[in-house]
Amino acid sequence: MTNELDIFVGNTTLIDEDVYRLWLDGYSVSDAVARRVRSGILEQTGATAAVLQSDTMDHYRTFHMLERLLHAPPKLLHQLIFQIPPSRQALLIERYYAFDEAFVREVLGKKLSKGTKKDLDDISTKTGITLKSCRRQFDNFKRVFKVVEEMRGSLVDNIQQHFLLSDRLSRDYAAIVFFANNRFETGKKKLQYLSFGDFAFCAELMIQNWTLGAVDSQVDDMDVDLDKEFLQDLKELKVLVADKDLLDLHKSLVCTALRGKLSVFSEMEANFKNLSRGLVNVAAKLIHNKDVRDLFVDLIEKFVEPCRSDHWPLNDVRLFLNQYSASVHSLDGFRHQTLWDRYMGTLRGCLLRLYHD
Amino acid sequence: MPGKLKVKIVAGRHLPVMDRASDLTDAFVEVKFGNTTFKTDVYLKSLNPQWNSEWFKFEVDDEDLQDEPLQITVLDHDTYSANDAIGKVYIDIDPLLYSEAATVISGWFPIYDTIHGIRGEINVIVKVDLFNDLNRFRQSSCGVKFFCTTSIPKCYRAVIIHGFVEELVVNEDPEYQWIDRIRTPRASNEARQRLISLMSGELQRKIGLKVLEMRGNAVVGYLQCFDLEGESGLVVRAIGTACTLDKLSSPAAFLPACNSPSKEMKESPLVHPPSLGCRSTQNSPIHTATGSRLTQNFSVSVPTLIYTGMGSGSAGKEGGPFKALLRQQTQSALEQREFPFFTLTAFPPGFLVHVGGVVSARSVKLLDRIHNPDEPETRDAWWAEIRQEIKSHAKALGCHAVVGYSESTSICEEVCILSASGTAAVLNPRFLQDGTVEGCLEQRLEENLPVGCGFCHIPYDELNMPFPAHLTYCYNCRKQKVPDVLFTTIDLPTDAAVVGKGCLIQARLCRLKKKAQAEANATAISNLLPFMEYEVHTQLMNKLKLKGMNALFGLRIQITVGENMLMGLASATGVYLAALPTPGGIQIAGKTPNDGSYEQHISHMQKKINDTIAKNKELYEINPPEISEEVIGSPIPEPRQRSRLLRSQSESSDEVIELDLSHGKKDAFVLEIDDTDAMEDVHSLLTDVPPPSGFYSCNTEIMPGINNWTSEIQMFTSVRVIRLSSLNLTNQALNKNFNDLCENLLKSLYFKLRSMIPCCLCHVNFTVSLPEDELIQVTVTAVAITFDKNQALQTIKTHVEKSLQRASTDNEELLQFPLELCSDSLPPHPFPPAKAVTVEKASPVAEGNFRNRSAPPCANSTVGVVKMTPLSFIPGAKITKYLGIINMFFIRETTSLREEGGVSGFLHAFIAEVFAMVRAHVAALGGNAVVSYIMKQCVFMENPNKNQAQCLINVSGDAVVFVRESDLEVISTQQPTANCQPLCTGGEVTT
Repeated sequence: MTNELDIFVGNTTLIDEDVYRLWLDGYSVSDAVARRVRSGILEQTGATAAVLQSDTMDHYRTFHMLERLLHAPPKLLHQLIFQIPPSRQALLIERYYAFDEAFVREVLGKKLSKGTKKDLDDISTKTGITLKSCRRQFDNFKRVFKVVEEMRGSLVDNIQQHFLLSDRLSRDYAAIVFFANNRFETGKKKLQYLSFGDFAFCAELMIQNWTLGAVDSQVDDMDVDLDKEFLQDLKELKVLVADKDLLDLHKSLVCTALRGKLSVFSEMEANFKNLSRGLVNVAAKLIHNKDVRDLFVDLIEKFVEPCRSDHWPLNDVRLFLNQYSASVHSLDGFRHQTLWDRYMGTLRGCLLRLYHD
Repeated sequence: MPGKLKVKIVAGRHLPVMDRASDLTDAFVEVKFGNTTFKTDVYLKSLNPQWNSEWFKFEVDDEDLQDEPLQITVLDHDTYSANDAIGKVYIDIDPLLYSEAATVISGWFPIYDTIHGIRGEINVIVKVDLFNDLNRFRQSSCGVKFFCTTSIPKCYRAVIIHGFVEELVVNEDPEYQWIDRIRTPRASNEARQRLISLMSGELQRKIGLKVLEMRGNAVVGYLQCFDLEGESGLVVRAIGTACTLDKLSSPAAFLPACNSPSKEMKESPLVHPPSLGCRSTQNSPIHTATGSRLTQNFSVSVPTLIYTGMGSGSAGKEGGPFKALLRQQTQSALEQREFPFFTLTAFPPGFLVHVGGVVSARSVKLLDRIHNPDEPETRDAWWAEIRQEIKSHAKALGCHAVVGYSESTSICEEVCILSASGTAAVLNPRFLQDGTVEGCLEQRLEENLPVGCGFCHIPYDELNMPFPAHLTYCYNCRKQKVPDVLFTTIDLPTDAAVVGKGCLIQARLCRLKKKAQAEANATAISNLLPFMEYEVHTQLMNKLKLKGMNALFGLRIQITVGENMLMGLASATGVYLAALPTPGGIQIAGKTPNDGSYEQHISHMQKKINDTIAKNKELYEINPPEISEEVIGSPIPEPRQRSRLLRSQSESSDEVIELDLSHGKKDAFVLEIDDTDAMEDVHSLLTDVPPPSGFYSCNTEIMPGINNWTSEIQMFTSVRVIRLSSLNLTNQALNKNFNDLCENLLKSLYFKLRSMIPCCLCHVNFTVSLPEDELIQVTVTAVAITFDKNQALQTIKTHVEKSLQRASTDNEELLQFPLELCSDSLPPHPFPPAKAVTVEKASPVAEGNFRNRSAPPCANSTVGVVKMTPLSFIPGAKITKYLGIINMFFIRETTSLREEGGVSGFLHAFIAEVFAMVRAHVAALGGNAVVSYIMKQCVFMENPNKNQAQCLINVSGDAVVFVRESDLEVISTQQPTANCQPLCTGGEVTT
């Protein structure tokens, strides 16, 4: 006796959160059943393995049918086929678009193309996330990217509106889109210690300050592309390190202000010119796409690593960066105060976030 | 009464991409009614077209309005080649034809294609203007209301219940063999869908005419079915109960009527002229049976009482003469009717006087012998024959009416089994058209009708019983005789005194049969039927005893015929009626008493059975109050007599009585184990697992013993098909497979719905079909309803006291209560508290259960929630309006079965789509729920080798507007207005 056909259809679509998670995690029906058995559900409910198998199949079929709608979440709200209470709809969407930290770190900043998709096998092996789940997450990134890439208005708002995600998740997706568009390198070994949250934090600051949208909220793809004019202008900052007098004056202003306040004062004093050169050169190079990609590598190499090797406490880094940014206002010969603030304000925030073990 | 139909096509959304090049669609719409077609403009390059068309106007006869569906076709415009169809929407405009229902149909409808399923949605507005016309020879029956609900609908009052109406129409099936088709599958499916839609419209119109002739204004318990006879044709038939209904405008207006219903009735113009002319037309005349009797008819009047016998005393002093008088009265009212049948399963209080037992008849027919297959005569004659049998069975039980009546068929190739069943009953003539009962008699009658047990009292003459029965004095009133077991097809009367809770009881049976042709096949089936009927009843009886209960309600026995087997599935709700005696246990007796180990085995089984009974009594809280023997009078044991249908066991029945009946004072029911078959039977008795704790199930409207429903409901359909291994098919193996199939299905349901605990599966409806040689298909539709456990416990405690108290309350109350004709729940008004209890009981929804457990109304959801339930009510809510009947037929076919997820994926998607289309139609009518929903047919055929499958689904129900009782309190000052939009967007979460 075999079950040829076995279905259950409710007027209100039944959704089992645990099974949904297993499905999202890319487990096959038999793996999912095995995992459910291990969870002790049979003992709790007195059900048999066959019942569990049938139940899991049913849910998987439902999810499979829902998946098409989840690709365009507003459709899920307007469709008539599945009657799902709004709170459940929100849960379905949010969970579907949720991603694994391990996975996002692998693809963050990569081009969301077929080429990357081919690497998913390796990512799956490396992270232990099933290939199916990797595909779903990758496709989600790509889908969101495609939809909002060339759209006007705030990136986060656009994502929220078209994918009905929570504020938190929309912000994360904004970061992913922003990184993918600018192809920031995040995979290098020295960047491995950074979490997705670190990058997302930086992305948010950059979107707020460095993109076209930061100056004009009516242009296309305003939040995804960096403001080219701004990058161009950044070259002007070079004077801060090229002009020896200006560099010395800057150093003395910072040192005077921080004397006695830093535990690593002498190290700071010794390293000031290196650090300043590093930060200003990063700015000056950003006009080249390649250097934009290497932004985080550069920041780590030029600033984070030197400070870390001298064991700067985080608070000292904060004091230094504050003073370093602020002192420029007192440099009489320097005319690009606004530009400096737009650059350094964001960079300071990023560096503080990136500075950890 | 011609009318003007107006249609406006507003917009579309989520259309499929029809042009691969642009990823867009150039859509336009054809609106067709009858032979007139209008078209909208083409809306270029959009998946969300905004046509915003003019009003398309069709001027039509109301006959056409009733028969024809409005057909809306969405197409993709193609300049160079033929336009591609995207899909269709059929809209039944019948709800717009009577004043009290919907006034406009407006909303988003899924665009349906029989090959691709739902492809986007279309927004349509439909209106009808009817012109009054006094044509006396009209063919239409606009204005007659139809209800699927098998009780008096909640916001109506029955003035008169006229009786049985039936009709049958036949047509050639456009596609009797789907696999060998010539035209495209889509064309043939659409032809079929349209034909059935037309035929149901015609059928409904014809039934409506009959109702008008009877001077009724509504059909309640309307049941329409399709018989796919194959080559001999496609039959659409319907039965129902004609009524004259009065709309209850408000509780205030209702109350005075309640106090003087007889006066009311006399004032009503519809009562007086008992126009004799009606009767001849109320049922179709029996045509001379052209087909003749092809095979012998077979029928059984169900021997619900054959098993035990008890001493019989003289009849009750007052009861006797009155019973006779009552019978005369009812007789006069009913005898003039050709078929005094009622499809109702629940009745206004006082309507049902006595219940005799289940009556059923089956007949095996050969479809290829119909001389004139396109005409209905032969089938009419077949059904008339069966109905006659039913009528005569009822008579044999001393009853003049049959209630809870239903008809069904099972077809396999050219063989067709027609079945009819119902419950023989004695009715109170007050409600029937011709009934003119003198006031004093009426009153005295009611004095003698104790509430809660009256219907159990035997209607037949105890000295001349139709079958050997075992009578005792009623355990409730002690005045009248009652049988020891009662089987019925109706719902448990709301005022019945019940002990404990009820439960679903099923008997399942398979019988192999040789493959044969024509007459030989029909004869083989006819010969098997009595045995199946008998065994199904034995099983039911055994299981009932095992549960410690003494009555079955909602009994439905389905016999399905296949190529090489017959399947029997009986479902019913077991209950312990306080009026009937405590059932005895089950005693096992061996045939070979000298074998020691055998006896040990027997005693082991006996112990298991006793344990099960004890466990069940605890589970279902069956603790009837102890009644001392002196009160009842000691029963005099009589030699047991058994039905003639008995098999070989019957020879030993005389010895059996000598056995030690260890089950207390009551007679035990004895099971004899004389062969392995019987052993199997006993084993199978014990394999039924009770539902997990927190779950109850029944197949009736109301779960006996639970009345504190909370608002969460979940209706579902589950389908399973198993393939039998063709090897070693024996009856036992088959039985086991079938039993496992049903049990596993139930287990799956309990598991899936575990988050709703404590909950009850109500109206559990199993349907069995045998689509192919080795396939068994079981379809279940039911609704899970949550209830409040704490309140349940309280109810149980007070229940027995309450039922006893009720039995002994004074006549004053009894007088008032049965006078309420309304099945609607009344807020306890001027009644003193003790009486209010009774009123509350009449409502399936417990008052005082206003604790709002529903989630806050959902924000910004564009799709309103539409509830679906097979029950006639929605827990915690009040139905304020009936919008019309929903009767939909869909075909879905695929030639890419694998790609659609195999048979399961295909059917899962299809059923979800059917639900969606039902909900969309209800929402467009302005409703927020479907009650009395039923999936009447789910015919599934597959051909995996060709990667093809096809499925036909027929569903029906009543579209309604309901208001949450909690909301009702808030707006109680404003009456629910006619155009009441769904007030509840119902945010209940069901997982």
